[in-house]
Amino acid sequence: MNAGAKEFNEAARRNTADLRQRDRIQKALAGYYLKREDYQNRFPDWAGARDLAAEIKREAINHLDRYLDEFASRLEARGTKVFWAPDGQAARDYIVGVARQHKVRSIIKSKSMTAEEIHLNDALEQAGFEVVESDLGEFIVQLRREPPYHIVFPAMHLTRQQISDLFHDRLGSEPTNNPEDLTMIARRIMRRKYCEADLGISGANFAIAETGMISITENEGNARLTTSLPKIHVALVGIEKVLPKLSDLALFLPMLATAGAGQPITCYNTLYGGPRQPGESDGPEEFHVVLLDNRRTELLADAEQRDALHCIRCGACLNVCPVFKNIGGHSYGTTYQGPIGSVITPHLRGLQDWKHLSQASSLCGACSQTCPVKIDLHHHLLHNRRYAVRLRPAPVENCLQAGLAFVMCRPRLYALAARLARIAQPLSRLVEGTVLDPLRAWTKTRSLPPMAVKSFHQLWQERKKS
Amino acid sequence: MKITLFIPCFVDQFYPQVGMGIVQVLERLGHSVDYPEAQTCCGQPAFNAGYWDEARAVAERQMTIFRDAEAVVIASGSCGAMVQVYYPELFRHHPREKEARTLAAKTFEFSDFLVSQLRVVDVGARFPARATFHDGCHALRELGLKKPPRQLLQHVRGLELVEMPEAETCCGFGGTFAVKFPMISTAMGEVKCSSIADTGAEYVISNDSSCLMQIRGILDRQGRSTKTLHLAEVLAQT
Amino acid sequence: MTYREIILGRIREALKVVAPPPIFRNGAAGPSRLPAAPPLWLPSAGGTLGEQIELFRRNAEELKAGFFECANLSEAIQHVKELAVAGGWKKIGRHSGELTDALAQELGLPEVRTDGGYAVDDLESCDAGLTECEALVAQTGSVLVSAPSAGGRALSVLPPHHVVLARGSQMVPDLTAALQRVQKKFQDKFPSFLSFISGPSRTGDIERILVLGAHGPKKLTILLLP
Repeated sequence: MNAGAKEFNEAARRNTADLRQRDRIQKALAGYYLKREDYQNRFPDWAGARDLAAEIKREAINHLDRYLDEFASRLEARGTKVFWAPDGQAARDYIVGVARQHKVRSIIKSKSMTAEEIHLNDALEQAGFEVVESDLGEFIVQLRREPPYHIVFPAMHLTRQQISDLFHDRLGSEPTNNPEDLTMIARRIMRRKYCEADLGISGANFAIAETGMISITENEGNARLTTSLPKIHVALVGIEKVLPKLSDLALFLPMLATAGAGQPITCYNTLYGGPRQPGESDGPEEFHVVLLDNRRTELLADAEQRDALHCIRCGACLNVCPVFKNIGGHSYGTTYQGPIGSVITPHLRGLQDWKHLSQASSLCGACSQTCPVKIDLHHHLLHNRRYAVRLRPAPVENCLQAGLAFVMCRPRLYALAARLARIAQPLSRLVEGTVLDPLRAWTKTRSLPPMAVKSFHQLWQERKKS
Repeated sequence: MKITLFIPCFVDQFYPQVGMGIVQVLERLGHSVDYPEAQTCCGQPAFNAGYWDEARAVAERQMTIFRDAEAVVIASGSCGAMVQVYYPELFRHHPREKEARTLAAKTFEFSDFLVSQLRVVDVGARFPARATFHDGCHALRELGLKKPPRQLLQHVRGLELVEMPEAETCCGFGGTFAVKFPMISTAMGEVKCSSIADTGAEYVISNDSSCLMQIRGILDRQGRSTKTLHLAEVLAQT
Repeated sequence: MTYREIILGRIREALKVVAPPPIFRNGAAGPSRLPAAPPLWLPSAGGTLGEQIELFRRNAEELKAGFFECANLSEAIQHVKELAVAGGWKKIGRHSGELTDALAQELGLPEVRTDGGYAVDDLESCDAGLTECEALVAQTGSVLVSAPSAGGRALSVLPPHHVVLARGSQMVPDLTAALQRVQKKFQDKFPSFLSFISGPSRTGDIERILVLGAHGPKKLTILLLP
């Protein structure tokens, strides 16, 4: 087992044992389920909406070169600088370069999982720049020096008490148990930062090819402020964010809000198509869009799993995943958690190191069922497992599986094996639960049923005779 | 109609009464039942672990065994999904692809078979008890079988069916997942058992024996008295 | 080769292989029919202006935005005066426009005009921002603003109370209609900024409890004139 898998198991063990944490996550999501059910029912045809959303993304992804080209060209026509980043390093270097070139003193950032993915904040900080996360949840985890817990709700694992203590420690604020007061503490700090920052960095939820705009969805207004006041706006956009037409937003904005947060529509959905245009009162003098590949084209090349690039990062699959709910977001040890993370991380970061994520699932399918763009998530976990076996086989499991197949193809051998198992069972009872028990992984926490005295095969044969 | 039984390996070895229950119900309804004794396993353990070549080898044998069957009734939701949904995937671009599709089209999970093929919801069963139903994930999501088990249970005389809040949440079995990631599997099972306990039901019923193995395993360690039964066992009661 | 060429090259190479259909029960290729006309994926927004206004009102209420239908400009001005008194407004931000000009004149408060630029700290200390808009969207209770119609990007989001003045002719049934409207109006010359505002700013980041006024305005008031 590689280091990553060991860490994952350790984290999963620790977090599943933390009953209070598990309870808190369940409660946090309970309200989401009810609201989402409610708003889904407002769609006269939610299933049809999913079909259409999947179709639109399929069109966009399967003609990605054309739509990206159109997107970039239109942006450039109105004065935006578009940088194509083949990988995270190129993107980091470019953005640090922009900051250096403009002798930026203060950077404010709105939520971007893509920026998390390439560890942009680390690169900027190493280059000597201060970066402040403006989204409340991101601000909180930034202060705690930990990664986001969930791609949409970064601080869902924390209580108000923990946040109050954190603010008191790191900001010197008065302790308070009131969420509104805590929010206002962050608001006051952020207002200064918005006004002072000379560079605002954002992500993007969608990239509209037809009109050359990025679309940012948020509730707090921090992204709008991040992109209104500083002189420079840099948006980091994964190449898969493309939507062909402006009108597609009329479907995707309500679906993203419903699936992601159990809201009919998110508070602010903003379109940015360029730097400040002539006649406009404010806005950045320079607008840069960094298009990031970072191995997305490898996922694209895997035609079977190409639809994983349909992802609109709504987080719905995390919210319904029983594995996520019990191990929590940090156990995954990587930017993208939950089912989508388990599918794409082996592709974006290497199968050998990350295959365990695709294995840590019961394949219940709740994720695929809920995905607003109908990604075949749990089937892709199966596909990844198939790849993992071909890649670097595990000798023990190889033997076991080969042996199992051998036996299952030979009914008499199968019957013999069953008979032997019946004989061995009382012996295994002696060591049940101890280190010697080969089935300890099961018997440590669960009782094992006895094998039936007579198998169905035997009962059937007896029936025939009588 | 001549019905052919597909009894998955662990039902064969651990819960043969489930298979017998299916036989009793089908015969009670006036059908004859066949059981090709050469059958062993649908190949799902290998398939789920990514060993598709091994799974294919096992599946090919079963395809041959069931080639001449008219209708195949399978005693488990997960094995039903294996045949109905995954055999066509496993044999895509393979010389025996058409055969796989044919078998997939004529195979049915037990409750699905009763309701959609025999068009029967009342099998003349009687089982006075308070029970809740656990939806096995494969039957629920791969095969879309939310209603058929409930339709059948509603006609069981004396049975009081209460729904648990987490009926559709995975029990945590997931095949080898249960032993590869036992702490996660157990945590998921605990959530399920807690939801069962909240209903005050005497029995938890399911159409998947592997789920019942997981649930029973945890209920036992929790010292809870709730009993586990497969749908077929309930429907066989008169 | 430029990075652009490299990435587009990778994409073209990758797309040479056609994606197989997703796995469904019995190997069916999945649903082939797409739902009816796109706008019908949220409930109908009503045919008449009256119905749309009613729907907008209900949605605005749910979003915790204030909404007032005013018979004329005087009524609207009266409403805003009351808000100013209740809020203790000392300074407002606004842009120049038919409705905002008239309103600002009557309010007679010290003001920051964003047209032609402004000092950030001046705007930051305003108690309210008065703007017009591009459209009101009945189906979602949203206000569509743009840089030209709302005095830039920050005016409608920095001051703690955002007041929007709109006319009945700006009411559109749904998001599709709103987007069509701006596409038609601007053709190729879009402003650099457009935003759908649906209620006052909010967050659920602390224990999933709803708090209003996270970073953007804590209060949003929409006044509809004929």
